[in-house]
Amino acid sequence: MLANIVIQFMNGLAGASSLFLVAAGLSIIFGVSRIVNFAHGSLYMLGIYLAYTFVEFFGRGSILGFWGAVLFGALSVGVIGAVIEIAVLRRIYRAPELFQLLATFALVLIIKDVALYIWGAEDLLGPRAPGLRGAVEILGKRFPQYDLVLIVIGPVVLGLLWLLLNRTRWGTLVRAATQDREMVGALGVNQAWLFTSVFFLGAFLAGLGGAVQLPREPAQLMLDVTTISDAFVIVVVGGMGSIGGAFVAALLIAQIKAFCIGIGDVTVFGIVFSFSKLTLVVEFIVMAIVLVVRPWGLLGKPQGSQRGASTVEPLMLPLNKGFWAITVGLLLALTALPLVGDDFLLVLFIDIAIFAVFAAALHFLMGPAGMVSFGHAAYFGLGCYGAALLFLKLKWPMELALIGSPIVAGIGALVFGWFCVRLSGVYLAMLTLAFAQIAWSVVFQWDAFTGGSNGLIGIWPSAWAKDKTIFYLLAMAICAGCVILLWRVVHAPFGYVLRAGRDSPLRVDAIGIDLRRFQWYGFALAGAVTGLAGGLYTFSKGSISPETLAIPRSVDGLVMVLLGGVQTLTGPVVGAALFTWLQDEIARNTEYWRAILGFTVLAIVLAFPAGVAGFAKIAWTRMRARPEAGGQAA
Amino acid sequence: MLKISGLNSFYGRAHILFDLALEANKGEVVVLLGRNGAGKSTTMKSIIGLVQPSAGSIEFEGKSIERQSPYRIARAGLGYVPEERRIFTDLTVMENLEVGRQPSRDGAPTWTPERLFDLFPNLGRMKDRPGGRMSGGEQQMLTIARTLMGNPRLILLDEPSEGLAPVIVEQMANTIRELKREGLAVLLSEQNLHFSEMVADRAYIVEKGRIRYSGSMADLMRDTEVRAAFLQV
Repeated sequence: MLANIVIQFMNGLAGASSLFLVAAGLSIIFGVSRIVNFAHGSLYMLGIYLAYTFVEFFGRGSILGFWGAVLFGALSVGVIGAVIEIAVLRRIYRAPELFQLLATFALVLIIKDVALYIWGAEDLLGPRAPGLRGAVEILGKRFPQYDLVLIVIGPVVLGLLWLLLNRTRWGTLVRAATQDREMVGALGVNQAWLFTSVFFLGAFLAGLGGAVQLPREPAQLMLDVTTISDAFVIVVVGGMGSIGGAFVAALLIAQIKAFCIGIGDVTVFGIVFSFSKLTLVVEFIVMAIVLVVRPWGLLGKPQGSQRGASTVEPLMLPLNKGFWAITVGLLLALTALPLVGDDFLLVLFIDIAIFAVFAAALHFLMGPAGMVSFGHAAYFGLGCYGAALLFLKLKWPMELALIGSPIVAGIGALVFGWFCVRLSGVYLAMLTLAFAQIAWSVVFQWDAFTGGSNGLIGIWPSAWAKDKTIFYLLAMAICAGCVILLWRVVHAPFGYVLRAGRDSPLRVDAIGIDLRRFQWYGFALAGAVTGLAGGLYTFSKGSISPETLAIPRSVDGLVMVLLGGVQTLTGPVVGAALFTWLQDEIARNTEYWRAILGFTVLAIVLAFPAGVAGFAKIAWTRMRARPEAGGQAA
Repeated sequence: MLKISGLNSFYGRAHILFDLALEANKGEVVVLLGRNGAGKSTTMKSIIGLVQPSAGSIEFEGKSIERQSPYRIARAGLGYVPEERRIFTDLTVMENLEVGRQPSRDGAPTWTPERLFDLFPNLGRMKDRPGGRMSGGEQQMLTIARTLMGNPRLILLDEPSEGLAPVIVEQMANTIRELKREGLAVLLSEQNLHFSEMVADRAYIVEKGRIRYSGSMADLMRDTEVRAAFLQV
């Protein structure tokens, strides 16, 4: 028994090292640039792939070749990180924070397809480390020698990072820039150089984290998303920007994971608890608990907002008659679509309608309410499964199931939201991600109720709505209703409170408004509306799978909102239409649709840093503005 | 040394500075006086490049700097001390000074931590204290010391006397006179006329983003009419 515990503990230590490297890199980059780098998992993935290639090149057998490959792999990833900073991110430091997120999403898509192009879709397993192929005996149990090396690497890197940050001029500048980068610039420090070097270091650490995993796990294309969510969890649990915190959190989570695998199934009073099933979700449970108890993470401090980086949200003016005239005209035109389009086009437009609702609800939460959700697919999925289960298990007809879907999702949002509204900023976003992941894992593993990974099939519309034209009109009606409802709410007193709370929570509290309660209701409203989109989605497809609430779905929603522009009400609808259409159009024509989508998004980010609808709005305002009013906007 | 003309700056859509013009010469202490919101801080930020002016020219030692980034302007020999002090609270006194360190330059005094501790003896007694655990007066000393580490030829001091105890204000005036003796030019913004009188050679009065008066400090002190019009609350 003791031997088992020791071995599990050692396994945890070995697993923690790699996680720590990745998370430390993410944390340093966030600290200085305030960019939440979603592409950090992709850099990790590149680390494994590049190390694999270098090992093949240097020869599998030699010790020098293996460690040379690890080092070269990590260094190459560092250089890639520096190039990304220079080519993309440097141009958008002054853009809104969320827009920088969108750029890093685009990088995730591009890097995935580049890896697919270079290394193919099959898993590549690297060689075991030469000279460390054996195992040592610990209390009568065998433990791989290589894992002992990993156990050492984590603390060594932690020590080196500490020295670098606390004992060198570079480290002093980095810590100063973490607090006030503008002031660092005013003191004569070239920030461009500082930022590039920080990206190099962060990317190098991610690459190293990947490269040292070469003998332990195969290089494959899914590593980017799984790694980034692990790294986020660790950074948030440890406290954003705290390297020591990341180390503690990596240890904690790796240990808990190792023990969940080690314990396996336990029977208590005749009920079987499967701890191994928990591994999919245990880190998110830990994160949720930590965030509720210590909102800034274990060793973190409350984040001061970066000076010189904040942007003032523009005012959302009440919708005028011209706007409504255009909206009604557009709706009438869309009603006529079945007269000219075939079924194929109708299906595309049904999808657009569904995702327009999804994006509008997410936008309501992110824009006016100021609560960014990284896990909004949870409510979409709850709506999907709510509708499907009401239809299949309770034999409710489509109409009732559709009414039920927002209620199910709304209840889910009330429960999750109660915790989420206690936080703000990145921490809130992370907690929404955690809840989405928990919901996903329940759906994914509860075979008896949700069909597990197979999902549910045979959920069809009522007889009257089976015709594509009718279903299209139904989808359009629901879409218009939901979007107009959300627009209306933004301009109702309830919306005023949310917008005021986004701009200054303190002042809202000070005039006697229980902001948290309003945010909670806002969260639930957004969840419920999203759930209705989910219900509609279920009946349009006839089947659903856990993918409806997985991370990529949440990311899609974010991309739609950001693509359209957070600052306009029409943005999410435009973004959803553009995204859905692009995805459909590109995916049909090429294997590399992700890269093309990524480059498109990147081009849009660099060309229109206010989103597509935002850009149109600015252009419209400029055109109408009198020439002498065209002063320079700082 | 520093010559500004036709300067216009905006915050978003708000027009803050209107055709502002001023000069500071070598070895001179010039004060920019004005009420809250007159545009003093925006002038300072426009000079150092934190606010991008929409029009106008800023020349420093014969070179135009109005389109350059703050770090280049600082490296040209212009030091900026912000009104809000902006100390790095997580860094120690020594580390704060390290961030400001730049190579020594011709025609400007060269500062080391030791020399600065002579100028600000308090700081020398708390070298390893984090900036966040210092009093307001100590932070004000540190922010000036940090900027001096860049060995500037001209230093911009944005409201250095603000929020300080009278005895510290007195010290601050001594410090500025000491800097002048070292050969530094100083451009400071102030609301405190008494403090300005102690240190300044020349004065400008700025109101609503426009220069409304310019002359020697002594003349301004005699001119009760101007003072009543622009400076009294």
